[in-house]
Amino acid sequence: MEIPYTAKIRPDTGLYNAKLGIWLFLASEIMLFGALFSSYILLRVGAEPGTWPQGLLNVPLGTFNTLVLICSSVTVVLGWAALKMNQFNKYRIYQGITILCALIFMVVKSFEYHDKFVHYFVRLNDGTEMNGHIEGNPMFMTLAKLKQQNKAEFVFHPDAPKADHKEEGNAGVAHATMTIQTADVRKLESWGPWHNTFLAIYFTLTALHALHVIGGALVIFMIWGPLAGMWKTDPERYTNRVEVSGLFWHFVDLVWIFLFPVLYLL
Amino acid sequence: MQPKTHDTKHHDAHAPDHHELGFWQKYVFSTDHKVIGVQYGVTALIFMFFGFLLMMAMRWQIAYPGQPMPLVGGLLESILGDVASGGVMSSDLYNAFGAMHGTVMVFLAIVPLAFGAFGNLIIPLQIGAPDMAFPRLNMVSYQSYVVGGVIMMVSFFIPGGAAQAGWTSYSPLATLIPTDGQTYWLIGMIFLITSSLLGSVNVLATIIQLRAPGMNWMRLPFFVWAQFVTAFLLLLAFPPLEAAGVMQLMDKVFHTSFFLPTGLAVGGEFADISGGGSPLLWQHLFWFLGHPEVYVLILPALGIVCEILANNTRKPIWGYKSLVYSALLIGFLSFIVWAHHMYLTGMGSKISTFFQTTTMIISIPSVIILTCYFITLWGGSIRFNTPMLFALAFLPMFGIGGLTGLPLGFNFSDLHLHDSYYVIAHFHYVVAPGTIFALFAGIYYWFPKMTGRMMSEGLGKIHFWLSLLFMNLIFQPMFMQGMAGMSRRMADGGANYSQAVVGEGATLTDTIMHLNTTISWAAWGLALAQIPFIWNFFWSIRSGKKIESDNPWNATTLEWQTPTPPPHGNFVGPIEVHRGPYEYSVPGRSTDFTPQNEK
Amino acid sequence: MSDAHDAQAVKAAVRKYLIIFGALIVGTIVTVLVSFVHFGEEGSNTINILVALAIASVKAFLVAGYFMHLISERKMIYGILLATVFFFAGLMYLTVWSMEPVNLVHIKADVP
Ligand code: HEM
Ligand SMILES: [Cu+2]
Repeated sequence: MEIPYTAKIRPDTGLYNAKLGIWLFLASEIMLFGALFSSYILLRVGAEPGTWPQGLLNVPLGTFNTLVLICSSVTVVLGWAALKMNQFNKYRIYQGITILCALIFMVVKSFEYHDKFVHYFVRLNDGTEMNGHIEGNPMFMTLAKLKQQNKAEFVFHPDAPKADHKEEGNAGVAHATMTIQTADVRKLESWGPWHNTFLAIYFTLTALHALHVIGGALVIFMIWGPLAGMWKTDPERYTNRVEVSGLFWHFVDLVWIFLFPVLYLL
Repeated sequence: MQPKTHDTKHHDAHAPDHHELGFWQKYVFSTDHKVIGVQYGVTALIFMFFGFLLMMAMRWQIAYPGQPMPLVGGLLESILGDVASGGVMSSDLYNAFGAMHGTVMVFLAIVPLAFGAFGNLIIPLQIGAPDMAFPRLNMVSYQSYVVGGVIMMVSFFIPGGAAQAGWTSYSPLATLIPTDGQTYWLIGMIFLITSSLLGSVNVLATIIQLRAPGMNWMRLPFFVWAQFVTAFLLLLAFPPLEAAGVMQLMDKVFHTSFFLPTGLAVGGEFADISGGGSPLLWQHLFWFLGHPEVYVLILPALGIVCEILANNTRKPIWGYKSLVYSALLIGFLSFIVWAHHMYLTGMGSKISTFFQTTTMIISIPSVIILTCYFITLWGGSIRFNTPMLFALAFLPMFGIGGLTGLPLGFNFSDLHLHDSYYVIAHFHYVVAPGTIFALFAGIYYWFPKMTGRMMSEGLGKIHFWLSLLFMNLIFQPMFMQGMAGMSRRMADGGANYSQAVVGEGATLTDTIMHLNTTISWAAWGLALAQIPFIWNFFWSIRSGKKIESDNPWNATTLEWQTPTPPPHGNFVGPIEVHRGPYEYSVPGRSTDFTPQNEK
Repeated sequence: MSDAHDAQAVKAAVRKYLIIFGALIVGTIVTVLVSFVHFGEEGSNTINILVALAIASVKAFLVAGYFMHLISERKMIYGILLATVFFFAGLMYLTVWSMEPVNLVHIKADVP
């Protein structure tokens, strides 16, 4: 006996197997991201009032990436519609754009990550605290590494105070380039996930989301390229595959629709 | 009409449809649900044995703290080094064994056996499907389980040894222990969770999509229903633990502070962390899985017991519909009771009240199920074979386990009992003489379907009676110890603590302390009691009594309407279902059972 | 599924997809613009949060409803998602509830 309903629809449920499968999987994904969102809220609510960092992320880049993902979601659904109308070439073009969008998204994301990894927080022995960049823009520099490399001093460019956050940040501290003695430093760390709880949850959520983007794009690419021969042999099943991978992709977009305001704007 | 029996000739004739597969494809990278089921079963039984070994070693340390272990002490020292120097189990090793005993038993033994093995083997057969809905995912699910298991095992041999913070892995402790065991644990868990997710998607899709014509929802054997709810629990409860695992991994590897509060001090110094995290968050996310997980442990067992009870009382199950609705209700409610594990965290009395209420409500459907089973026995002409004995013993054992949960569910009594041996006894009654007995019952019951031979009844009965005796000798005294105030997870079995207050007012009296030895000897006795089973299992594969028909127990469900063992694709012809699952002793029939596919 | 009638329906749907595309873009831009305006009392951004989440929910509805065809999906899928959303809501609400300020002890400390 063959396994039934791999491509055909089971009359009483109205579904083929893979479609049910992907929705079940997405249900579990909702719980995964849901738990992380809940953690975000819990950590934020539990934070000492007024200490939750805001405005650390680059809003224009985030907006751009949001638009990129929305665009890719539309091309996915248009690609599927093209297949339904028997227009394989159109599908090829649309889905090509999807894959391109995924690439653009990842490139922008990695720039954002890099920005954080070369941004530093310094606390000196006299208690002064500063944020800024180290000359040469090294990533992941730490006090231990400086000592290991026998660097007695380094050049530091503190951030300019932000117009709308005058009372915080580096107000009062001179923001001209300065040279800092390694011996004067108590703590030096880049703005990685370890820096504060906001960055921790930001990196966790976006990295997990990025993994989904990569995974989804890979699957879409496989169906689009190497496995496209199936369109000739079994078009119905091929269209189903495109639909199922598309459902996953829309979900990835959906998560971002929430991630963006929550992390970048609020 | 007699059920069709398929002789060997018949299925030889069937074989040539399928081209011969090589050894690797047939047994290792198979996508056949039966092979995968057996793979799950064998692997899980090995892990269960291993988990049992860990516990037996711990029991020595509890009964005779600080004394070198006989037989295995030297061996442990030579494998693990300093932590067992002189053959004495150090506290670190005790903690590692304890944490891994729980992890192995829950995540690597019981769930894979109950859900992975029995689910895979029986569900497609019982619903009349040729295989699972996604055979290749099924294979990946098993492989992911093996990888997770291997990572857990490897962690014993890394410097510092395996995880030591208990199977619950509470932060900050789990994060702050400086060795890498916890990191391995987390990575292993991520593989195991992936495995469960794939498995549960597969089971749900199979049950929803692949039911044979005529097999509507109310004709499903209760076992299938139980697995259905189990799969839902796994699907939706595990992801939050995965999220928590990822966050704890971030805490361990990237030094974030998800679960580490501001101002955390370690060894009298402030820890060098950003702080701002919440230890409570870990507990929430852990128990959001943890409580549904306990129903994952028990529901498949309830399903197995149901099949065997109906078959051996030769009566329909009493209250089939109430069973189904109870199982669904349990599944639903088990998502909103989790914080009854957290009464002592100081999360506030309003929220405690909420969770007390839901906890009391969830015990109702459990009681309904048990009651239906008892009523089923009423007036049946019961066949006392080995599977039935285990199934019968399951009822009171699960009953004790469940009833002792009630005092834990109220926060006023839990204040006293929390984290004591009482809790240990409570959940072991449910899981050990409960679930494990049901699993044994299932093995004895379905063995002939898979091998074509029966297991020996004589050895089975020895196995049963000794196991029943020792199980109770082990867990019964733990209730007393717990109520007397003995805490769990103490590397010396409470010896030091019992010295703190002696004479008047002492609660850990000599009598209570002495039970440690009794329990330990009973545990080793339980190990011996498994020898007849192991022998029986392997011996019967080759030399057990051959079964005469495909349906040796005269059962009604579809798994018995296939050739033995079922070939690839399971059923010989198209199958159609005409009746409910438990039509035993229907008046006016020539036999006392009417298979589901009979007109 | 792939009969001619179906192809017709798909053709009509394409227009809908493009309209939704426009709506999503507008939604994104509005979210960003709105985030620069402060609503409600000084020192509290509750209303801002609500506004942003409301817009996000509308966008999510459009994506799930139309791109993922949930609007016209089967009962089975609704059932699964309803259960999921319920459990998610329980998880979120109950965990956050347990963090009520009344129940919390804030440890102030001189962190090195
Ligand atoms: C139906 C009634 C049940 C009730 C009211 C109940 C209640 C509880 C409560 C309140 C606790 C926490 C005790 C504490 O830590 O202070 C607990 C622990 C536990 N229960 Fe149950 N339970 C029930 C059934 C079950 C079942 C069916 C299982 C498993 C198959 C189970 C397995 C466990 C486990 C594993 C723990 C210990 C977790 C740990 O701390 O390591 N319980 N139970
Ligand atoms: Cu519980």
